[in-house]
Amino acid sequence: MKNKVSIAGVGVSGFKALTSDLSYRELVFDAAVKAYLDAGIEHHEIEGFVTTAEDLQEGYSIADEYTPDQLGAVLKPCYTVSGDFLHSIASAAMMIQAGLFDIVAVECLSKASNMLTLPDLAAFAMDPTFNRPLNFSEHVVAGLEMSRFLFETGNTVEQAACVVVQNKANALLNPHACFGAKITVEDVLCSEPVSYPIRRLNVAQSADGAVVIVLASEKAVSRLSCKPIFIKGIGWSTDAPSLESREWGSAEYGYAATQIAYKNAGISCPAKEIQLAEVNDEYGYKELMHIESLGLCRRGESGELYQTGFFAPKGQLPVNVSGGMLGIGNLYDANGGALLSELIIQLRGLAGQRQVQNVKTGVALSWRGVPSSSGVCAVLTNEG
Amino acid sequence: MELKKEMLRGTQLSESDFRAGKVITTDWKPELHYAWDNGVGIGYYLAQLKAGKITASFCNKCNRIMLPPRAFCELCFKPTDGWVDVLDTGTINTFSVSLVDWAARRIKKGERPHTPAVIEIDGASPGHGMLHLIGEIDPYEIKIGMRVKAVWKKPEERTGSITDILYFKPIREPKASRKK
Amino acid sequence: MGLRRVAIVGAGLTKFMRRAQETPKELAYEAAKLALDSCGLRLKDIDSVTIGTAPDAFDGVHRKGEFLADGSGGFGKPTMRHYVGGGTGCFSPTHGWFHVASGMFDTCLVVAEEKMSCAFPHPAGAFLTIFDHTTEQPLYPTLIWIFAMEMNRYMNTYGIPKELIAKVSVKNKGNALDHPAAQVAEKITVEDVLNSEVMAYPVNRLDISPVSDGAAAIVLAAEHVAERITDKPIWIDGMGWNLETSYWCTRDLAYPDYVEKAARMAYKMAGITEPHRQIDIAEPYDPFSYKELHHMEGLLLCGKGEAPQLLADGVTERTGRLPCCPSGGAMGVGNPIAATGLMKVIEIFLQLREEAGARQVPGKPRTGIAQAWGDLMQVGTVVVMRR
Repeated sequence: MKNKVSIAGVGVSGFKALTSDLSYRELVFDAAVKAYLDAGIEHHEIEGFVTTAEDLQEGYSIADEYTPDQLGAVLKPCYTVSGDFLHSIASAAMMIQAGLFDIVAVECLSKASNMLTLPDLAAFAMDPTFNRPLNFSEHVVAGLEMSRFLFETGNTVEQAACVVVQNKANALLNPHACFGAKITVEDVLCSEPVSYPIRRLNVAQSADGAVVIVLASEKAVSRLSCKPIFIKGIGWSTDAPSLESREWGSAEYGYAATQIAYKNAGISCPAKEIQLAEVNDEYGYKELMHIESLGLCRRGESGELYQTGFFAPKGQLPVNVSGGMLGIGNLYDANGGALLSELIIQLRGLAGQRQVQNVKTGVALSWRGVPSSSGVCAVLTNEG
Repeated sequence: MELKKEMLRGTQLSESDFRAGKVITTDWKPELHYAWDNGVGIGYYLAQLKAGKITASFCNKCNRIMLPPRAFCELCFKPTDGWVDVLDTGTINTFSVSLVDWAARRIKKGERPHTPAVIEIDGASPGHGMLHLIGEIDPYEIKIGMRVKAVWKKPEERTGSITDILYFKPIREPKASRKK
Repeated sequence: MGLRRVAIVGAGLTKFMRRAQETPKELAYEAAKLALDSCGLRLKDIDSVTIGTAPDAFDGVHRKGEFLADGSGGFGKPTMRHYVGGGTGCFSPTHGWFHVASGMFDTCLVVAEEKMSCAFPHPAGAFLTIFDHTTEQPLYPTLIWIFAMEMNRYMNTYGIPKELIAKVSVKNKGNALDHPAAQVAEKITVEDVLNSEVMAYPVNRLDISPVSDGAAAIVLAAEHVAERITDKPIWIDGMGWNLETSYWCTRDLAYPDYVEKAARMAYKMAGITEPHRQIDIAEPYDPFSYKELHHMEGLLLCGKGEAPQLLADGVTERTGRLPCCPSGGAMGVGNPIAATGLMKVIEIFLQLREEAGARQVPGKPRTGIAQAWGDLMQVGTVVVMRR
């Protein structure tokens, strides 16, 4: 990537099922203060700000209005990306690469606990003419996709259940995660059916939290007192928004986003060049889809490899050591923030009990959830 | 390339097209309900409103007394240093007399127009105002610069909301008596 | 500055209408297709897409950017949505600029769309929820309140009579008679404005731009690509954007500080030190008549409180020294929020290429600016373009 962009600081507030003690402003302020401290800068040194927000997730008609104060961005260049946090990171990275700014702060937030009718919100994202009148829940869309994915790849329902078991176990070692648990494959397969073949334990529960990350240009990072993590490559893509014309058996957006990111990062053999991955797993089977679209194994092999422990924390290529969304909680558009912050902590060697050894390059793949078909892939490294 | 009218697409429909049933439509009523955590800053503000007080927060670095109160100063980017009760009187910074409601419906004949105003509250830093309503005055006599005072709900009716203040009414200053 | 120069090479719009039959996706498609056709490009020539669209509440779809992606040409491409409320349309070129100037992509299709007519009982209702949910919404505020209060403060601070402000409506609705997309173009007089029904003092009906459906799109290309596509690339030489505090009751509404800061950022990049002399043509955002004047001052095109006199003296007519809103603006063409800002960018693009037809201002303008405003009287977005 020309004009290297680095991550100079990260601040995480959360993640919890409820954050009733703090307003959304105060939650983000907490994450921002930590991020700026981590980067060794004052708020007034930040030249640009990118926030992540969707109006109806927050409960405002223009969520962008309520973003600057808690970042110290008053009367500064600040805009909103309505996408996943990794979209905001990509947007900010392009700004820095273009030479416009040297230091940019990027924010995301989830106050899912304040949204009382999440299923209605999910329905409101569906096509008003063709899909909403059929009155099905968003889990139906996931069920359709899971069915087709398993059918085409030969991965199994049991293997998807392994993902749930492992991620919830991983989360027990993550102080930022609140849904860690010791469960079995049997527990998953016997949990309440939601939309075949999706069962209750296959679905991540919502959580609240905020993540703020400070990005810096090559020029700026040299004068900051931080241990930078470099963004080697980033790519994003959107597949068909309509349910009727999309590919159900594979995460096409994942393949496309990954291709761009790997090209920029100069990665040709991902399974050998990447030591760690954090991917969206808000439905357990999505982790398998995402592992395959990242090229970490061949198509159809993810389930079997999963069962052998290949992707376990002590395995050959750990995936979702953080616990993923299943262990941390579904933060909606802030999911990318949880995934990226885990990679950063790991690459800095600060993950304590869950530290993966000899990590040099990590990859994150986010997805915006049902019914979207958008994803972002980011490749990070601690080697300058 | 000049953009000429015939190049631009778009099919205009009229209100009568809808009423005559010429247009097939789909409708949806979203049920989007929220319960926002007020947190430290606004939480205290509302609790104080219930107690019949307007409370601000202050920052020792920029010396502002801020309304609404907040847990952190957005300019100095640090936690605020404390709370201070301010007065429930103020000066009208700007106002309007509205004949339409939030859904663009005109008020009914004989109904009093809505009279919103930004009121700079005494005791807060200059310019720190509150959006509220003006009452007990002919709407067309309201002036920028007018002095006003809050009219509160009875204590037992207050719920911890901005509507615990019903409206602000003009303060009629006693006229100085003229001497011959 | 920047790795590469970026130019606007093509543009397209739909008609602006009160109620379009076309769905949001179709509106986006029509504008995007026309933009591609205008410069002879196909969708496969486009490397990236960025979508600007304002409140989801209008079109009635959560995560509207996802919904619009295919209509905007984003299928299978890197597609993103940016959002700064009403300021979106003049931030869109900037967001597209990041894509190309960063070196990541050679081309970017920038699409702005809004279908306000979907919202019932009236699109204005969506503006209830732009106010703070705890400290303001319980009072049932309307969008018109805040504009009326700002207009009142502006008039009161500088002693501006309504007659002078009404001239903006007259000028812009008249200018729009020559705009192919215009929704509410008509010849009116100052008396018509003053006699139109009072919505919220001091705002009359003819002071307000309409509710609209519409879309606009532009194609951006890196220098080496632009020069292959067109012999009249219009360069994005400067851009600025600035967001004020959400605590709008602490700001003096008489002057838009955030527009000035956005303008200064853009002017610095473009090497403009005397905006009132070095800018030949401007499209300030005019959702309400007085806003054109308010924004002209924020854009440093004249001193504080001086814009009404410039208007009265004819300086801002098409034949004047500094034409403002030669398109007809939001007041005359229509105001499909995000698409309006991009329509203004397109107007400057066409004017600088001398392709504005009957709207063409004389004097071969070289430097033009487009500006939009949005959020809670909070954000200013500015683009400086040159041929």
